[in-house]
Amino acid sequence: MFDPFIVSGFSILAQVRTSVNNDAIVSATPSSPAVTAAPPAVAWERRHLLELESLSAEEIRTLLDLSLWMKRATDGCRKKMPLLVGKTCANLFFENSTRTRNSFSLAAKRLGADTVEFSSSGSSVAKGETFVDTAKTIEAMGVDWVVTRHRTPGTPHLLARELGCSVLNAGDGPHEHPTQGLLDMLTILEHRGQIEGLTVALVGDIEHSRTARSNLWGLRKLGARVIVCGPATLVSRRWTELGVEVAHDLDAILPECDVLNLLRIQFERQSTPPFPSIHEYALRYAMNGRRMRVARKDILIMAPGPINRGVEITPEVADGPQSVILDQVTNGIAVRMAALWLLAQGAEQGRGR
Amino acid sequence: MKGLLIEGGRLVDPSQSIDRTAGLLIVDGVVAAIDPPAESLPGDLQRIDARGCIVAPGLVDLATELREPGREEDEMIETGVAAAVAGGYTSILCAANTDPPIDSPGTVELVRQKAAAANRARVYVIGCVSKGRNGETMAELGLLSEAGAVAFSDSPRPLPNSALLRRALDYCRMFNRPIFDRPGVPELSHGGVMHEGRVSLVLGLSGLPTEAEDLAVARDVRLAEATGGRLHVGPVSTMGAIDMLRRVKSRGVAVTASACPHNLALHLGLTDESLRWFDARYKVHPPLRSQRHIETLRDSIVDGTIDALQSGHMPRADEKKMDDLDSSPFGQSSLETSLAVAITELVHTGLIDWLTLVRRMSTAPAEIAGIPAGSLKNGAAGDVVIIDPAKRWTVDPTLFASHCRSTPLAGVDLYGKVRTTIVGGDVKFEDSLSEAVAHSPLETPAPCW
Repeated sequence: MFDPFIVSGFSILAQVRTSVNNDAIVSATPSSPAVTAAPPAVAWERRHLLELESLSAEEIRTLLDLSLWMKRATDGCRKKMPLLVGKTCANLFFENSTRTRNSFSLAAKRLGADTVEFSSSGSSVAKGETFVDTAKTIEAMGVDWVVTRHRTPGTPHLLARELGCSVLNAGDGPHEHPTQGLLDMLTILEHRGQIEGLTVALVGDIEHSRTARSNLWGLRKLGARVIVCGPATLVSRRWTELGVEVAHDLDAILPECDVLNLLRIQFERQSTPPFPSIHEYALRYAMNGRRMRVARKDILIMAPGPINRGVEITPEVADGPQSVILDQVTNGIAVRMAALWLLAQGAEQGRGR
Repeated sequence: MKGLLIEGGRLVDPSQSIDRTAGLLIVDGVVAAIDPPAESLPGDLQRIDARGCIVAPGLVDLATELREPGREEDEMIETGVAAAVAGGYTSILCAANTDPPIDSPGTVELVRQKAAAANRARVYVIGCVSKGRNGETMAELGLLSEAGAVAFSDSPRPLPNSALLRRALDYCRMFNRPIFDRPGVPELSHGGVMHEGRVSLVLGLSGLPTEAEDLAVARDVRLAEATGGRLHVGPVSTMGAIDMLRRVKSRGVAVTASACPHNLALHLGLTDESLRWFDARYKVHPPLRSQRHIETLRDSIVDGTIDALQSGHMPRADEKKMDDLDSSPFGQSSLETSLAVAITELVHTGLIDWLTLVRRMSTAPAEIAGIPAGSLKNGAAGDVVIIDPAKRWTVDPTLFASHCRSTPLAGVDLYGKVRTTIVGGDVKFEDSLSEAVAHSPLETPAPCW
């Protein structure tokens, strides 16, 4: 039986708490530009990464374990490791993105794969082509993974049914953003050594947040206590039906939180304003110096970005000692390397789901 | 004299409370007799062996979108009426959402002429309530009525302007024509693609809240009561709508309501959970709701709060339904499946009997529309559907007569199939797959209901 915590003899907890175990891996190639270590053998069957909701806790742990291995083996995601040479990754972004697109590109390149970039502006989509036809055209050029972002939930699922290659969801409207959820969890793991038992609050525009929808499944499956906090118009009472606590008063929950994940207000997805003014929102929900003094001393401040300074977070918090926002960016590459590699294994096994 | 004798079937006619094995004689397109004596049969006689089958007045659909003129990529009158008779419908009301919409006598005439040329089901025309379906200014309801429009509706758009609805209900009393409202409050359901609930929350899809329907029904029935106008609301799909209708009906307010079989399909698994496939085939209207709404709706079919079932046929071209859930329009091809869904979900499960089913799908909608149909009394039109009640079949959209192939039921097994559809004494549809059934012995084992 596959043990979720032990992947081929190494474990997350052991690695995070004492960095002794992985010294061997990193020091094996201290100065070479490319690393040649092989990743640990893992059990993995999926061809697509569409959402965290349908992943098991074991699968999430496998992804996190491998992400950590990738990060260590590439010296903090900076060195190349030719695990996927000869394969091609297509970025199909039908919605604007800088960090996620570049992160996926870098992850593919770090592993030696080629990348193809596609964005909807000035493309065949502007000429009336459906996104499925666009994706099929790109696939016919011979790609192994399609990384897709679209404003409508479920579009990666649609592509997974229509395409023969692996599909990675890089954000489908407000639905999910699985690699964001994973990189947030990886960041927590690195700083805390575990997720089980922690209290994590997702604060802000829960209604329109794919980061929230991926985080809450992943965190719940790994045993965290999850609070979604924000104005009542953006935080449905129904979230409690899914094993998540609902709060509207940040100051009331703050002393209990080990981690705060501050989500941007997605004005572009709102037809009518969900609260009276940004001013009122910031007074009630912005993480600022005053609130930091109420919070636990070791609280982790995270944000998926882009951050709006002065709305959900003030500069002294964003740039302060408890902020791990830039660690999240680095971890994004690690998580995406792990995802690309795992899905390639799933595709090779030929029984991908 | 040309005669048609349908023999050996189980005759179900709610207008005469008949449910027994009987022969039905149609002479010159009109019902001439039930169980006619042999000496009264005309010389030129065609016989249909209906043993083991239900023989009922042809079905009546309160709103069929035929899409012609202007939206022929979705459906044409010719394909729509062919689908109607294949689904057992002998009379359909053509919805006004063509392009241009049916807001002038000329468009009414165009639809009537094309339907006559197609020569399948009888086609009655619904005129717009508002000019250009703009929801603001009243269309020429008197002229439309004279041109043959039998009812008025902006459906599938609701009538959000209460002043317009109130005026139209008042005005229509002069012509004794009903107004059909598909209840909704647009500002509450703006951008919604599915039932708002736990599933839409998890999937991040915009929701259609039930309150949008509840509030409109509450307003509609109050305006009907205040004006004394003829109002029909439907299709409805929520507990709140049913609750409101029960209350006003118990007070004796003359309002009628309808629902669609796809909103009753609990056993077939058509609920908001179906949207987890993110497949636009499940983006239908009214939306697939959650279990408790469906259960309430099923009960209301039994107790008569819902007077009629309608097909919900909203054909949309394949290329439109292939898109993502936000871009794809609401719609489905349901003329050829609605009867079987109703049989499978309601009759086969023992929830209602055949008399009630035929009342909801034929007699009641004919009364609501005020058209001569839904009855097999002597002198009534010879419009008949012959149904093989036990036949199990698999929905294959590529075999649809409708131009639209999008259905949430593709590949699903249903019970009950239309064998023959007769309009004015002429056979307009015969199921090629059922020929073997005609030779089966009289002693067909009784089905489980």
